Amino acid sequence: MKNEFQVIADLIEKDKKVLDVGCADGTLMKFLKDNKNINIRGLEISKERVQECIAKGLTVIEGNAEKDLKQFPDKSFDYVILSQTLQAFLNPELVLDELLRVGKKAIVTIPNFGYWKVRFHLLFKGTMPITKTLPDEWYNTPNLHMCTIKDFFHFVKSKDIKIFKSLALNNLNSSIINQSNLGVKNLFADLGIFLIEK
Amino acid sequence: MNTEKYIKTLIVKKPLKLDCGKTIKDFPIAYETYGSLNSKKDNAILVFHALTGDQFVTGINPVTNKEGWWSYAVGPDKAIDTNKYFVICSNVIGGCMGSYGPSHKDPDQKIFGTNFPVITINDMVNAQYNLLDHFGIEKLFSITGGSMGGMQVLQFISNFPDKSKTVIPIATASSHSAQNIAFNELGRQAITADSNWKDGNYTSKDTNPGKGLAVARMAAHITYLSKKGLQEKFGRKLQEREDLKFGFDADFQIESYLRYQGSVFVDRFDANSYLYITRAMDYFDLGKQFNGNLSEAFKNTNAKFFIISFTSDWLYPTQENKDIVIALNSIGADVGFVEVESDKGHDSFLLDVPDFLSALKNFLDKSYEEN
Repeated sequence: MKNEFQVIADLIEKDKKVLDVGCADGTLMKFLKDNKNINIRGLEISKERVQECIAKGLTVIEGNAEKDLKQFPDKSFDYVILSQTLQAFLNPELVLDELLRVGKKAIVTIPNFGYWKVRFHLLFKGTMPITKTLPDEWYNTPNLHMCTIKDFFHFVKSKDIKIFKSLALNNLNSSIINQSNLGVKNLFADLGIFLIEK
Repeated sequence: MNTEKYIKTLIVKKPLKLDCGKTIKDFPIAYETYGSLNSKKDNAILVFHALTGDQFVTGINPVTNKEGWWSYAVGPDKAIDTNKYFVICSNVIGGCMGSYGPSHKDPDQKIFGTNFPVITINDMVNAQYNLLDHFGIEKLFSITGGSMGGMQVLQFISNFPDKSKTVIPIATASSHSAQNIAFNELGRQAITADSNWKDGNYTSKDTNPGKGLAVARMAAHITYLSKKGLQEKFGRKLQEREDLKFGFDADFQIESYLRYQGSVFVDRFDANSYLYITRAMDYFDLGKQFNGNLSEAFKNTNAKFFIISFTSDWLYPTQENKDIVIALNSIGADVGFVEVESDKGHDSFLLDVPDFLSALKNFLDKSYEEN
């Protein structure tokens, strides 16, 4: 169980209705279903991952978040989760708008391009950074729109999206991000977790 | 051939008002079962067959001596595991494997032919609902079927929203597209153009419109396959000859294959039934029953849906299956969906397609564990 998933689970109350967008093999869904009695659905683009979810007894819809979120009515889920996928969409802004339309709240996690190891990698090696949360080479990465915690923080503010909670994650430690420590967290966290609402 | 000894029938005493306005009563439904009903009666799965299927889902069909139509999916340890589940399947009304149909006699002891009332998918499932009472089943564990079987699945859960825990429509649509109606009409025209058809009043096997029915089957069979599948299996391979014969014999393997498919079909299927059942498919439009809002068809059910389509199915393409998913999502229903990769066209649901069979098995077994 990834620490990220534990932090996400802690953000959600019991017995809620949740959609996991890009749910992959369903690990997080299974955890939420078993531990918090959450009525959870997944949306996943990969046929193989969909099969893995079905084998776990999870309700999953094969589909593409950029096209298929529109079939869900407004505020039809208590929470919509998007784990480390926002940067891989052609149009992240549109996906974010959809998440906040479909969910009463959304939980978005982003790999932080401002993390010091990322900065050092580019600064000293002069090649595209590869870290735990950014494991792929430049030529095969699915990521199109990398951003930093600071970028995302400013972005949601500019869109009048309410941030309920923002957490910086570094290995096993999570800590609160606020306006005053943003610069530091942006340097020392490799993952940002945001609970937002519009 | 005396087939009656192999066929179990339930005589439905209760009158059934059909969509066409006529009422039928004391009519037979032919059915078969596999596995056994447990003491809680919570392990029953009602399987609906497609256009040319029948109640003999798996094992050797005692009438045709061929494998049942869903032998890949149903049986001990298979996707629909008959060690675990009690599988019921019945021949649709309008059919020709023992259920009330155009080859039966009217009250005046005259064979119905085209005087048999026009049947709809709604009529089919209303008739089959009587099987639940017959077996004393309060709630089915699942209902499933592909193609026209999938249409019956959708209609059944709409008519009886609390009668099944899970619902698995496969390679189907909530209404027949213009293309599908067109192909069915081609088949019907082939039958009625056969001079032996005689407005449906043929009486014996020797004088039936076999040629027309065979052509109908050949045309339909093409629609069940994919271009790639056909190309890979047959290509331009010649049939037991070195070179072209410059005639109209079956030079190509694909011609010979289709002719064979047509000829074996005629032995087991009734031409009038083909007219009636294709008509029922064409008339199917579940959304229209709810003023064009398909979601309304499902608003009273808490059942868990799992919808499956196939990449190479151009007869009931993924989008038409997805439209059902969308209708269900718009009312917050519990629905899963997967499009299975396969080159085998619409027929994929009948064939050995491992990703399909494992998805079906996993969905059923995991849902049953949660019971």
